[in-house]
Amino acid sequence: MSTSVLTAYTIILSIFAFICLYRAYAGPTTADRVVSINVISTKVTVLIAVIAVFTEQNEFIDVAVIYAMMGFIATIAVSKYIEKGKIY
Amino acid sequence: MIKDIIILLLTLSSLFFFMVGTVGLIRLPDVFSRMHATTKSDTLGAGLGLLALIVYKGLDPVSLKLMLILVFIFITNPVAAHIIAKAAYHKKMRNQKEDDHGTV
Repeated sequence: MSTSVLTAYTIILSIFAFICLYRAYAGPTTADRVVSINVISTKVTVLIAVIAVFTEQNEFIDVAVIYAMMGFIATIAVSKYIEKGKIY
Repeated sequence: MIKDIIILLLTLSSLFFFMVGTVGLIRLPDVFSRMHATTKSDTLGAGLGLLALIVYKGLDPVSLKLMLILVFIFITNPVAAHIIAKAAYHKKMRNQKEDDHGTV
């Protein structure tokens, strides 16, 4: 039962991530796109963790950890670039 | 049996919060209101989803890594939202309707 619940969770979560992609495409300002990419990055992190756990491939949990860090660093870098015109 | 029910409840509430965040991201009119909708509900949705995975896996080293992801998301997601809001505020990113009425 839990396996089918987690399968349905994966499918619905990926549908939500694709719906969030609309805001990255049509956002009027740059900050809208950054918010949308941040949300998609969180959703994809959870998605990788779910798939890694219920297919019993435990190595992919590390991929989820690194993906969370990469999403955070990308958000910080693009926001600093919006604010100052340079990253550092 | 009781584990299945707990996993079902956690995943359903996680999907509810993710759905609230997605609807807010699509429907709300401004950068700051979109951020207000997505940050809190997305953080809580990710936390509940990872908690369901921890319950599914039980006591395991994998649960420790899932707990690491959970704590990391709970720390970094509000920080990221704060920095995006600071950048958008300094660049005066408002929506077009407010600009027409001269309230900026």
